[in-house]
Amino acid sequence: MDFLRPAGWEEALAAKAAHPTAVPIAGGTDVMVEINFDHRRPDHLLDLNRIGELHTWETDGPDIRLGAAVPYTRILEHLRSPLPGLALAAHTVGSPQIRNRGSVGGNLGAASPAGDCHPALLAAGAVVEAASVRGTRLIPVEEFYTGVKRNALAPDELIRAVRIRRATGPQQFSKVGTRNAMVIAVCAFGIALHPDTRTVRTGIGSAAPTPVRARAAEEFLAAELADAGCWDSGRPVAPSAARQFAELAAGACNPIDDVRGTAAYRRRAVAVMARRTLGWVWEAYRGGQGREALCA
Amino acid sequence: MRVNLTVNGRPRQADDVWEGESLLYVLRERLGLPGSKNACEQGECGSCTVRLDGVPVCACLVAAGQAEGREVVTVEGLAEPGSDELSVVQKAFVDAGAVQCGFCTPGLLVAADDLLRQNPEPTDADIREALSGNLCRCTGYEKILDAVRLAAARTGEAG
Ligand SMILES: Cc1cc2nc3c(=O)[nH]c(=O)nc-3n(C[C@H](O)[C@H](O)[C@H](O)COP(=O)(O)OP(=O)(O)OC[C@H]3O[C@@H](n4cnc5c(N)ncnc54)[C@H](O)[C@@H]3O)c2cc1C
Ligand code: FES
Ligand code: FES
Repeated sequence: MDFLRPAGWEEALAAKAAHPTAVPIAGGTDVMVEINFDHRRPDHLLDLNRIGELHTWETDGPDIRLGAAVPYTRILEHLRSPLPGLALAAHTVGSPQIRNRGSVGGNLGAASPAGDCHPALLAAGAVVEAASVRGTRLIPVEEFYTGVKRNALAPDELIRAVRIRRATGPQQFSKVGTRNAMVIAVCAFGIALHPDTRTVRTGIGSAAPTPVRARAAEEFLAAELADAGCWDSGRPVAPSAARQFAELAAGACNPIDDVRGTAAYRRRAVAVMARRTLGWVWEAYRGGQGREALCA
Repeated sequence: MRVNLTVNGRPRQADDVWEGESLLYVLRERLGLPGSKNACEQGECGSCTVRLDGVPVCACLVAAGQAEGREVVTVEGLAEPGSDELSVVQKAFVDAGAVQCGFCTPGLLVAADDLLRQNPEPTDADIREALSGNLCRCTGYEKILDAVRLAAARTGEAG
């Protein structure tokens, strides 16, 4: 095995082009487990820890450009206000030690259907910035997940950053597990209100081969809120509409039975989380969070 | 490969390091520092917790080469160098009876020490969260919570 330690981004891209089977390692919280247990013996490890720009973020534009290797702890500490959904999801990852190393780039690289970032990214609206010596591609996050633990990266590509839409309204994240720390999600749900466009977006984790949006639920709710004039009046969402939203969210799942839960349980739990998180974000919106965006 | 790093304030060098090796293995097997424990090798138990450039991490999940040029503090480095005295947190663990078999203790000490550096007056919720990545199969955690409260109180008195 070779340990490649590029000092800069261009050098990292050149190394990945020269060794397309090299395994990038950022926080190592997925990669090292595989190596420790002999599940993976790559020819090359490509260390990303020395590349400064992967560990910083830019907040000047309408999107937050989050470096691929920024650890969860820093997201929690510094980006809670522009990225509330992702910060909530990050807070549920592993333990403090894991959050001090693990990154969104690593979560995307691993592309586990249970990864906690995915529902938050889907709900907020995000684009993955994939780069290689050939140039940069912007991949909408919903197109990034191509199968169980598979993603859209080409062998010579690395994730440079994730561009995540700055929140204009309340966002929530909910995760079912056996305890509060150190839990792989049985299933998870993310929701974001986008009052600027009067839309609602969602993300479901661990209830289909890939993370998915519940598009029918999103469209139904947006139409419902518009018809009832809720965005302007801040009136509560009708219970029947909330129930229908939950049903449609459950309908977007395609879960399996496994050691963590049954398919039927996951469908049911996603419906419950959808209804609850909708209640939370709508309460926050009625309380004023994001309503100023409407006047813009 | 060769790895150069600073451990507990001293520059150290490890040779013949396999490229897939963990920092934990380097500390224990190559640098003679067996304080950090190896239990799960998958980040679940926290018994290998060390500070890497000031941040608590699982040493079993850091590739040795990623520690090149970095500063590591292990449980062996918590007490003042050259002194026979335990650190405040170590002493509190002994006094509160927070150590039974002791396997989890080094990781808990590093995690608790870091908590009190960041937050000298933690609430119980803060303590629980800070130690949520460390498993103990013996104590039932209550005495560990007592120890951290005791260390916080003693630090407050001293400060
Ligand atoms: C004890 C424990 C608890 C955990 N709990 C959770 C949890 O609650 N929720 C959760 O979602 N995950 C959890 N995980 C999994 C893991 O922490 C996350 O997936 C984390 O986001 C991985 O980030 P990393 O930087 O450590 O990735 P790494 O391990 O460094 O890399 C992961 C994958 O991504 C690739 N990669 C990394 N960076 C890039 C890049 N810039 N470009 C291209 N590919 C890249 C790597 O090659 C590898 O395939 C847990 C892991 C452990 C050990
Ligand atoms: S040995 Fe590293 S966390 Fe268990
Ligand atoms: S004292 Fe035995 S595991 Fe904690």
